[in-house]
Amino acid sequence: MRPFEFTQARDLVEATRLGSRTGQGQTDAAAQFLAGGTTLIDLMKLDVLRPSTVIDLGALRSSGNNGVSARSDGLHLSAFATMAAVANDPEVGRSYPLIADSLKLAASPQLRNMATLGGNVLQKTRCPFYRDPSWQACNKRSPGSGCQAIGSFNRNHAILGTDPSCIAQYPGDFGIALIALDASMEISGPHGVRRLPFRELHVAPAAHPDIETCLGAGEVITEFHVPAGPWTQRSLYLKVRDRSSYEFAISSCAVAMALEGETARTVRLGLGGMAYRPWRAHEAESVLNGKPLTEALARQAAAAALEGAKTHGHNDYKRELAQRVIVRALFEAKAMNLDAPRSHA
Amino acid sequence: MPTITRRDLLTSAPALALGGLAVAEPPTPASTARDSSRVSTRLIVNGKAHDLKLDPRTTVLDALREHLHLTGTKKGCDQGQCGACTVLIGGERVLSCLTLAAATNARPIVTVEGLAGPGGELHPVQRAFIEQDGFQCGYCTPGQVMSAVACISEGHATTDEDIREYMSGNLCRCGAYPKIVAAVRQARDQMKTT
Repeated sequence: MRPFEFTQARDLVEATRLGSRTGQGQTDAAAQFLAGGTTLIDLMKLDVLRPSTVIDLGALRSSGNNGVSARSDGLHLSAFATMAAVANDPEVGRSYPLIADSLKLAASPQLRNMATLGGNVLQKTRCPFYRDPSWQACNKRSPGSGCQAIGSFNRNHAILGTDPSCIAQYPGDFGIALIALDASMEISGPHGVRRLPFRELHVAPAAHPDIETCLGAGEVITEFHVPAGPWTQRSLYLKVRDRSSYEFAISSCAVAMALEGETARTVRLGLGGMAYRPWRAHEAESVLNGKPLTEALARQAAAAALEGAKTHGHNDYKRELAQRVIVRALFEAKAMNLDAPRSHA
Repeated sequence: MPTITRRDLLTSAPALALGGLAVAEPPTPASTARDSSRVSTRLIVNGKAHDLKLDPRTTVLDALREHLHLTGTKKGCDQGQCGACTVLIGGERVLSCLTLAAATNARPIVTVEGLAGPGGELHPVQRAFIEQDGFQCGYCTPGQVMSAVACISEGHATTDEDIREYMSGNLCRCGAYPKIVAAVRQARDQMKTT
């Protein structure tokens, strides 16, 4: 690991002031914020991230409570809450099972104790060519150098939302739940506080995949807000992996809906393990809304969700897998018994 | 004749091997002009406070092993993937290889050396691993034991399925998993009755 200067922010004001050199979190940013450290320290050891200053945000972590507040307008989650604290919150499990699932099915118990929600949504891709600087071509790491994954080993690369500059996959699970549930964020920065819909946080590659979010220098996510609605209880996260635990998705689906008899209403679908950024399947939702949820309709919706997919050889299988995952997630959500307590995900 | 333990031998081996010509430096990278700024860090390990001046790059894992000579905590992958370095910080199991020592803010750390009672009697989890033969080479065992202690106290050891899920952050390349599950199950039951 390269040498760096270690500083600790006492509060949010100091954090945003010290963060003037974070840029937008690119690999060559001079400063990086440290929260749980599970992405940052890993990528610094790999010599992918090379900050000369690390700004520890440990003092901003919620103390005395788990960072969860369930109110009538929805769920308020501190961005400094750990994944474990939120995953284990009884009210989250009861009223927002999709949120609890997405956190429980991610990483390992140790990592979930360390990682914060804010850091989680900002985690970097697991693309092996990004993570290994001995590969020269990576537009995300070295802008303009090309993409090694296109035309070579790309079994777990994205099939939605890519462009010729980058086919890396967004690796997170929680972000897929947030985009499905129309979450928004509170962000503190050098120019004050602003609110941002979560769907606007991650930006398309647009030939510049080194810029991953619309956060500006020194900006820190402080809170997530998940609006309440008749769809949050009948919600789940289905994650398909190469092994049954402690693994990234090769395909995942976040679903939330209200059910009236057989009719699905206000369906929300998020897709993970297959897209460049957290992905909302609006086309599929339009197919489903207001109609009886039959298998034929679910298949039609899944096909609509994957309409624009572009595969690259090793990841051809994802087009079919993703559709099956969507259909299964819809039927598992339909079959949920909202009166019975759920076992662990 | 004094008893020499395996640990004494292992911790003194580098110096012996080098015949006193040089003592191996801790694996924190060589000093450069820029890292001259050391960070004053207080680590509270197994109830004892240590005030150290550390290169900011030093992880809790390296601080434990190389500065405090507590070699029970193992370095496996050093990338947060294997769980061999699991310790408790502030009562929660975390990966010491991905935690900067300077960022622990004096939260109490418990390592495998801190589990036994004052008279040296083993923790129920340690006993269970021995009685159930929950290891082969033993390299992952300190991490498994620390993770199991937390898994039980979190209430995530209710069923075998739960144990497997909530112990999945600790890899065992010898494949002792069935006996690790049995050890966690035994310790869970014993800790309930004591």
